[in-house]
Amino acid sequence: MKSKVTTKEAILACFKDGQTIGIGGQANHGSPNRLINLLVQSGAKDLTIVTLDSGDMDLTVGRLIHSGQVKEIITTHIGKNPETVALFAAGKLKVELNPMGSFIERVRCGGMGLGGVLTKTGLGTVVEENKQKIISNGEEYLLEPAIRVDIALTRARRGDPMGNLAYRGTSGNSNPILVTAGDLSIVEVDHLMELNELTIDEITTPGLFVDMILA
Amino acid sequence: MDNKHIIAKRAAAFFEPGDIVNLGIGIPGLCSNYAADGVMFHTENGLVGVGALAEGLQKVESFCNATAQEILPVPGASPVNTAMSFGIIRGGRLDATVLGGLQVSRRGDLANWATPGRAFGMGGAMDLCNGARRVIVAMELCTKDGKPKILNECTFPLTGKACVDYIVTELCVINVTPDGLELAEIAPGRSLEEIQSMVEPKLIVSASLKEMRV
Repeated sequence: MKSKVTTKEAILACFKDGQTIGIGGQANHGSPNRLINLLVQSGAKDLTIVTLDSGDMDLTVGRLIHSGQVKEIITTHIGKNPETVALFAAGKLKVELNPMGSFIERVRCGGMGLGGVLTKTGLGTVVEENKQKIISNGEEYLLEPAIRVDIALTRARRGDPMGNLAYRGTSGNSNPILVTAGDLSIVEVDHLMELNELTIDEITTPGLFVDMILA
Repeated sequence: MDNKHIIAKRAAAFFEPGDIVNLGIGIPGLCSNYAADGVMFHTENGLVGVGALAEGLQKVESFCNATAQEILPVPGASPVNTAMSFGIIRGGRLDATVLGGLQVSRRGDLANWATPGRAFGMGGAMDLCNGARRVIVAMELCTKDGKPKILNECTFPLTGKACVDYIVTELCVINVTPDGLELAEIAPGRSLEEIQSMVEPKLIVSASLKEMRV
């Protein structure tokens, strides 16, 4: 069994202009900060990022907004980061807003081989514009299509060399879902465990979803 | 007691022991100070069982609330990822959600995530008003300029249609019914005429209208 633990150089080489990159974390918690720093270092630009929010000014996900590498953000909320708001207002950043429950299900569908999700959230609001409505069990729903990303950057509390992962508290948030939805999945672990040191009862993400680990 | 606390205390009176409740930011967040024992608070970023704010060395990155403040989980708390968190919300597992409001319409439409020209994201608000068993809007009755917030129709982008069950303000409590907005409680010393003058739709006066405890 080959360890998936890799080097910063190998990770840097993965980033290319124009990619769609999913980034875990919420309100600066559970953010894969070392992977974000590598993405900033790579200089890859015209990125579309898929992430719950845009962090804070030059902090966590906000570092990418600050560095000017992002062309579009698919997200649920940008209001906490004044730089994101300013770029949006100036027409320099495309923003697609999703209700958080729909966002996470769209990503989950992307990771789970599903085409999309039926939800009532957003019916009667601007969210329903340009979306199909579907009747299921006699009730009307919005169809929200699946989202997949070129590269998923996520963070876990503990991981073993096979990429089996465990999360802690509210730092999990979108990480366990995003990790499944990338063509390439890179995880930053707080603690690298040895095989079987992360016990079978604690694993919540199977290592098969993970391609590269930054320890 | 200032208006925000009056509103939060009255909104919290809706909770019963055993309830799972989500609190929005602002005035709703104050409800945890007044909730009965045995109420468990859910936060959208992934925890059932949110306790007091953590202080000093208690602060741990892995246990925070939706406004990114570190908190202490209560005994029996369980962390959940975002998909599970919103399954709890959407799937009707929240007994109540307390949300702030910019506008509420006579049919219980809620606008609280954007104003024309300022639309920076709905976050969890739309799911919350879609899924929770009781949707309680906790807000001041009028804007800072003294204009009504309870209107015939919302003019701001909607968070949800016909989703509000109760409106709690510093001056009154209103039930949203199929027949319209029903005034259920009035703050001490206030008159029906005064309340009606601050609300656009014609209020139905409840047969059991009573004084609001402040």
